[in-house]
Amino acid sequence: MSAIAGGPAETYLSHESTIASWLLTRDHKRIALLFFASITAFFFVGGAAATLIRLNLVEPSGQLLGADLYNRMFTMHGIVMVWFFLIPSIPTTLGNFLIPLMIGARDLAFPRLNLASWYVFNISGMIALYFIIAGGVDTGWTFYTPYSTLFSNSHVIAAALAVFVNGFSSIMTALNFVVTIHRLRAPGMTWFRLPLFVWGIYATSVVMLLATPVLAMTVLLIALEHGFGIGIFDPALGGDPLLFQHMFWFYSHPAVYIMILPAMGVASELIPCFARRPVFGYSGMAYALIAISIIGFFVWGHHMFTAGISVFAGVVFSFMSFIVAVPSAIKVFNWTATLHRGSISFDAPMLYALGFVGLFTMGGLTGLMLATLSIDVHVTDTYFVIAHFHYIMVGGTVSAFFGGLHYWWPKITGRLYPEMWARGAAILTFLGFNVTFFPQFILGYLGMPRRYFSYSPDLQAWNVLSSAGASILAVAYLMPLFYLGWSLLWGERASANPWHATGLEWRTSSPPPERNFALTPLVTQAPYQYNPSDGSYVTQDGIANG
Amino acid sequence: MAWLPFWPPNASVTGTAVDIIAISELVVVVLVLLLVFGMMFTFVIRYRRGSTADRGHLARKTWRFEIAWTSATLLAFLVLFAFGAKAYLYLYQPPKADLELYVVGKQWMWKVQYPGGQREIDSVHLPLGKTVRVLLGSEDVIHSFYIPAFRVKHDVVPGTYETFWFQPTELGDFQLECSEFCGTNHAKMTGAVHVLTPADYARWLAGQTGGETLAQQGEALFRQYGCSGCHSPRSTVHAPILDGLYGSVAHLDDGRAVIADERYIRDCILLPASQRVAGYPPVMPSFAGQIPEDELMKLVAYIQSLGATKETP
Repeated sequence: MSAIAGGPAETYLSHESTIASWLLTRDHKRIALLFFASITAFFFVGGAAATLIRLNLVEPSGQLLGADLYNRMFTMHGIVMVWFFLIPSIPTTLGNFLIPLMIGARDLAFPRLNLASWYVFNISGMIALYFIIAGGVDTGWTFYTPYSTLFSNSHVIAAALAVFVNGFSSIMTALNFVVTIHRLRAPGMTWFRLPLFVWGIYATSVVMLLATPVLAMTVLLIALEHGFGIGIFDPALGGDPLLFQHMFWFYSHPAVYIMILPAMGVASELIPCFARRPVFGYSGMAYALIAISIIGFFVWGHHMFTAGISVFAGVVFSFMSFIVAVPSAIKVFNWTATLHRGSISFDAPMLYALGFVGLFTMGGLTGLMLATLSIDVHVTDTYFVIAHFHYIMVGGTVSAFFGGLHYWWPKITGRLYPEMWARGAAILTFLGFNVTFFPQFILGYLGMPRRYFSYSPDLQAWNVLSSAGASILAVAYLMPLFYLGWSLLWGERASANPWHATGLEWRTSSPPPERNFALTPLVTQAPYQYNPSDGSYVTQDGIANG
Repeated sequence: MAWLPFWPPNASVTGTAVDIIAISELVVVVLVLLLVFGMMFTFVIRYRRGSTADRGHLARKTWRFEIAWTSATLLAFLVLFAFGAKAYLYLYQPPKADLELYVVGKQWMWKVQYPGGQREIDSVHLPLGKTVRVLLGSEDVIHSFYIPAFRVKHDVVPGTYETFWFQPTELGDFQLECSEFCGTNHAKMTGAVHVLTPADYARWLAGQTGGETLAQQGEALFRQYGCSGCHSPRSTVHAPILDGLYGSVAHLDDGRAVIADERYIRDCILLPASQRVAGYPPVMPSFAGQIPEDELMKLVAYIQSLGATKETP
């Protein structure tokens, strides 16, 4: 690979530097950075809302924000975090940057579509900022009818439009990944030589393609009902409010897998690299990703066990929910087994990855409790559910996102970050997260409903503990902003392969040149050919090292 | 379960069933966590870089492990599923009720009506040890009727009726909450559940200004809205007589047979064209939008009373 030896070569960052060269770029690596800027902004918008929520709940009376403002804050937190951070988080940034590099391609299949996706995302983001500034929405991110359609006096239409437009960005990016992974793999890169991150993004993209249109249809049906009085969800017009919930969750449950599958992919890259051994059960890991993405389409009714669906439907959806948990459990066992007989180091990405496995396991096991019908009847719509899905989405996805960000930071920026600060942030994230969300399991079983701006005073201790944890978590999430920013300017220059990893992305310079590879790589090896006994490894294009 | 730290009080029959399953599952969860975290910690310490542990002979035939833990997990999950589902069926198949409650949720209060005609807002009085069946209706948006100490909740959906039941096993005052977001004062849509001894309960009922029973009030509305003009043996209009209707099987014009429960009666009043009884002309007008929810429940209570000789479905 000549780029490594080529001296101070031009990189994708340096070959052009005008503003237009960024805003009109078709380079997947630059578009990844554009997305990164957008979602980081939204992460802090959503985080600010979360901060206000936790501050408000320090006092049982909830007088800090009061009812209306509080309702707008949790709605904004949900909408912004789900659609403007979690769903695009790993796919549009790490996925965009890494998929072509990992499969040995020059770019994604449709570079213009990739750029268009970023513009569409930002248009939806502008609409979201409009509804926030114009006065917010108070329906919750779930938009349940008939409250959202007939009773709410907030900017529901603007919010629905933001979500509708946002979906097109998801679909564009997903389509691009699916075609790229099918068509642009380098010679020798067979399906079962793909890194598991690519499998994760592939499974995610399929779910995005199939589920997101249903969300768009749901929004359109609401518009039809509003504009033309056709009874669809409104009981007064002969519609059925439960139909909305069915359609909403048909998208929004798979959306949970859109958030977690890429995170699983990231963990599957990080753990073998820092344990210096091949991932345990590679094909089992790949099949499990696909199994989750398929079975995940048949579990939406578990959000509705107490909503008035039939007992039969409840039993079927509970059964399917247990089934979908099996491949997730297999993945946890495989990650754990990957540590066996490894040669484990504790660099920051590994700490995040181990945190991911732990928190995801907690989230998954409490998910089993929620899938159990009779327990769900008690704890659904309480803080138990809040705690459960934050363990998956924040403990899981956000931890993996930060892990991946640190792992590929040298590749993306060409700079090393200060390792001790990063380890501190990883540990603080894990601690802060647990202090924030573990008390919420207890609050839930004690019967504190979600979306309450005020609560019974005997629950105050747990809420104060949770808010205290949130302040730790906030520090842990702000820290990387500073030390990663510092590394951009003053960090040590990174070599092409600082982690001694096996993927093709490490076979080009850091940062990569505009066209990724000087020569298209020829793949001869399965991924993760690490040897824990002597630390040696073989890259996917067959170069043996150390 | 008072011996468990932080465990909330349980005051109903089904609550005990839920608690037993929750605690069993909690034990399973803790065991699995100990297993996974235990393995992780052991491996991470034993195989830390620089340790002298043996790293040769990595497991090859990993599919054996995959099959083993897939089947073990599947089996364990099916057991958990079966226990949870069994209790759910119990929760949703009410035994014969000793008492019917008629509850209407509206932004942001609970309106409770008793068969004797007594009414309360944001407060429910219940007799200890009696099976209570609740008929839930909503005047506006979706609410959810939740009593944490009973471990039950059920959504209240506009445009239809939902039913569920509980049986209090402890005396005392418990919290009633709305657990489905319903607008500004969702968090204030709370109330109190007072469980009294049957004697105290009878005394409390007698002390309320009930007047006529709910069914009697319904009968008055039955005349007021003109229902009796057709649904009467003396009427010249060919309309079904409602005596014994409640709980019976209604054979519909389109060939379906449905059990005439509260939801059916409600639909017949508001959407008569949708579920017409076979052999009758489509002459009934719709009363959609004309009858407030609490009056509708009184009409239902009256029609229930006409069919009281039949078993509750």
